[in-house]
Amino acid sequence: MTHKPLIQQLLTNDTASRWLFVALLALGIGVPFLNLVVPPDSVFHVPTYMVTLLGKYLCFAILALALDLIWGYCGILSLGHGAFFALGGYAMGMYLMRQIGDRGVYGNPVLPDFMVFLNWQELPWYWLGFDNFGLALLMVFLAPGLLAFLFGWLAFRSRVTGVYLSIITQALTYALMLAFFRNDMGFGGNNGLTDFKDILGFNLQADSTRIVLFLATVIVLALAYVLCQYITRSKAGRVLISIRDAESRTRFIGYRVEHYKLFVFILSALIAGVAGALYVPQIGIINPSEFNPLNSIEIVIWVAIGGRGTLYGAVIGAVLVNYAKTTFTSGIFAEYWLFILGALFVITTIYLPRGVVGIMDGYLSRRKSRQDKSMAAASPQAGVATGGKQP
Amino acid sequence: MPQDAIFSKEIKPHKTRAVSDGLPCSSLRARKLGAEKMKILIKIGLLMGLGLLFIKAHAGDFATLSHSLAKSDYSQKNRIIDELAALDDDRTLVIFKALIEGNLYLRKSDQTVVVGRDSREGVELTDVLTGQPLEVVGIRALEKVRINNSVRGKLRTVIASLQLSAKNSDIRRQSARDLIKSPQPELRNLIATAYEKEESSSVKSEMAMALAMVDIESEDVKLRREAIDILASSYSSEALGILERFGEKDGAGNYKEAEGNIGKLAAEGAERVRHRMEVMRFIENLFFGISLGSVLLLAAIGLAITFGVMGVINMAHGEMIMLGAYTTFAVQQLFPNWIEASIIIAIPMAFLVSGCVGILIERTVIRHLYGRPLETLLATFGISLFLQQLVRTYNSNNVPVITPDWMSGFYQVNGALSLTYNRLYIILFSLMVLGLLAILLRKTLLGLQMRAATQNRAMANSMGIKSSWVDALTFGLGSGIAGMAGVALSQITNVGPNMGQGFIIDSFMVVVFGGVGNLLGTFFAAMGLGIVNKFLEPYAGAVLGKIFVLIFIILFIQWRPRGLFALKGRFVTD
Repeated sequence: MTHKPLIQQLLTNDTASRWLFVALLALGIGVPFLNLVVPPDSVFHVPTYMVTLLGKYLCFAILALALDLIWGYCGILSLGHGAFFALGGYAMGMYLMRQIGDRGVYGNPVLPDFMVFLNWQELPWYWLGFDNFGLALLMVFLAPGLLAFLFGWLAFRSRVTGVYLSIITQALTYALMLAFFRNDMGFGGNNGLTDFKDILGFNLQADSTRIVLFLATVIVLALAYVLCQYITRSKAGRVLISIRDAESRTRFIGYRVEHYKLFVFILSALIAGVAGALYVPQIGIINPSEFNPLNSIEIVIWVAIGGRGTLYGAVIGAVLVNYAKTTFTSGIFAEYWLFILGALFVITTIYLPRGVVGIMDGYLSRRKSRQDKSMAAASPQAGVATGGKQP
Repeated sequence: MPQDAIFSKEIKPHKTRAVSDGLPCSSLRARKLGAEKMKILIKIGLLMGLGLLFIKAHAGDFATLSHSLAKSDYSQKNRIIDELAALDDDRTLVIFKALIEGNLYLRKSDQTVVVGRDSREGVELTDVLTGQPLEVVGIRALEKVRINNSVRGKLRTVIASLQLSAKNSDIRRQSARDLIKSPQPELRNLIATAYEKEESSSVKSEMAMALAMVDIESEDVKLRREAIDILASSYSSEALGILERFGEKDGAGNYKEAEGNIGKLAAEGAERVRHRMEVMRFIENLFFGISLGSVLLLAAIGLAITFGVMGVINMAHGEMIMLGAYTTFAVQQLFPNWIEASIIIAIPMAFLVSGCVGILIERTVIRHLYGRPLETLLATFGISLFLQQLVRTYNSNNVPVITPDWMSGFYQVNGALSLTYNRLYIILFSLMVLGLLAILLRKTLLGLQMRAATQNRAMANSMGIKSSWVDALTFGLGSGIAGMAGVALSQITNVGPNMGQGFIIDSFMVVVFGGVGNLLGTFFAAMGLGIVNKFLEPYAGAVLGKIFVLIFIILFIQWRPRGLFALKGRFVTD
């Protein structure tokens, strides 16, 4: 294999990724244009709520990407990835909360409303500095990263694997949920953080702010995708896959399995945290239910339905399932949504172990083999021509 | 209260007080009552011509006496009360209690003596003679039987003496307890007599307590010391209260009750009671912990089979519990007359229902997923959503499951410790289920085949075991046990579509903590977590306690990655 420039190598060497980037580019250009430029009464106008909805799907896609990185490529099934997502979200939420300033219901310039309500006199130490966007951004990385480091370091070092790991990740997010539900924790308790006004001085309700947030989400998704792609294609990625398939053997060959696992676990937590930080300003609320273990299981479902072990599969799965969710939970199907979802899981796991992507791949490879056969029969040069298409 | 009244050992009728209490309106009331009496007399005289005979009736049966009690004036009442008390009739207590509480009436229409109880519609009447409930009437249709303070004092003594010498030991016990709660010095002699006559040792000790509550206030130092000894050996908060009061120190650090060392003795006695109550509180916490542990055990034990033995992460386990609870509800709906037996009927029914659903799930879904434990998680999670929604379309609210009488109430061990029956039964039930399961796994052919199929499927197959059917039965067994757990849990938690979700995470924690594939581990894990949780609660609160337990489990798994009792051998590694 010849050495091509890294970025070119990442962007172009498989069809699905190329299509994904085209789609993201189209979204990134098309949605702002249709929202801001096309007049509201036009058929093509994209209303702002739609922009937010799309932004939410893309945030979930980033989260699914993070989970696929550890589950699909390293075999670590985390049932607590929602915790990292929520931690990133809370870090961002705390910044947004401080931005409200004296515009809250109680008009206290320093304390958020819920603290005034609880009769707190001063800001707890862990809220200090969150009025600074830089520090908040740092915490978006630091909070999930540190937790992932601590948890991963302990768990991987003592070789907790398989279902045991899954279940203690679940315990982790469950414990965090219970903790954040407490008012004394100073994170708004049951209600969480909400009523945000603006971000970096821009009004959160304004269309332009929404569009910028949406664009940021698109860009982060693209970057995260490229990063994951790069890691999984690298030599380290090969080691990760070998850990997934035969952990003991990889260890016996001489790789420090726990280092690889820890690295990829922290990275995945960071990506999940960023997804949470993008999610909160768009949705406008973060509360402890994000820590609910069921939410984390849902993330696993997205990846499983999309196609575990393919990065674009995770993205497709997240968008697809969430689109279906919004469509079915409102309207006449609302009562049947859980039936549909339940059936979807069962069918996917039994009949589609490789998810939606598996169907597409199967179709493509069948067509390709047919093509190859017919082309090989027609002229031997044709095969070279198709190969030549690859730059 | 006047000092002489408190310390007098003899009963002194509180004449002075009674008169002064009644004075302000006595003349007015007397006149009014007199007029009323006259009216009644005339009426009865006209109607039957025998009216006066009723009042004059001396010796007589209960009916006549009760009637004359209602009709007589205050001075006569005292005499009639004595005569009634001498009758040795169970109904006397009813009539006296009603009289002292102001609930005894004459029905104006036919002059029947009735007990009335206020309700929203009016006054619910009960016939004194027959004990049968009568109609509900307005207060105007009734004439209240009135008493004065002298009669009231008389009644109090007579009621206490009747209760203390009642044939039913429960009544005697209750009366002694009432006297402990509110000591009545004027009844001292009565209690002492009853104490001498008492045969049941438990009632006797309660009476000794009641006596001591009075004696501690007496003037005789010896008597007071004895009383302190008795009080100091009790468990009741009343005894602690009174001992603390007598053991108080004044500002200079000397006991207020210096005479005969009473203060010091009382303080020491209070300390002993406090210590004993502390021990009881510990035992109570332990009991709550064990009962929480058995709830966890019940919820987790089925999972220990499906997850532990088969390696299937059954997220629908909570829904199997829910199905069991709904089966209880269904049984109660189908046989509304058999509520008492409903739980007993529901246990095998729930086992069958949940077990059959489990086998169905195994045959249709899980069969295809063996060897892929993480994917069974997704599929069974789907099934759990499906089942929840199924129940929710039937009824999205919680359904009321009735607790049979024999499961409600509590067993009073002593003054400071009472154990509720439902928790006691759940502890017993969980141990029974665990025991039966252990026998099934170790001693029966099915158990042998189950263990064989889990340890080495290929070898089991070649030995002629139909491993696919063993799998189905194992899964059915695990689910069925979850169903039985649901019956028990329906007695202590809300039964609704979401009830299963509350148990699933806890159950997984228990199984993982105990060590997968090990029933003994599950038992110790459930009990340990239950007890630790309950003992943390007073210090940290319920939620924080639970968080600590979760963190503890996470850290514990780091230390022993395969749980408390890890399986040893080659087959544990991949």
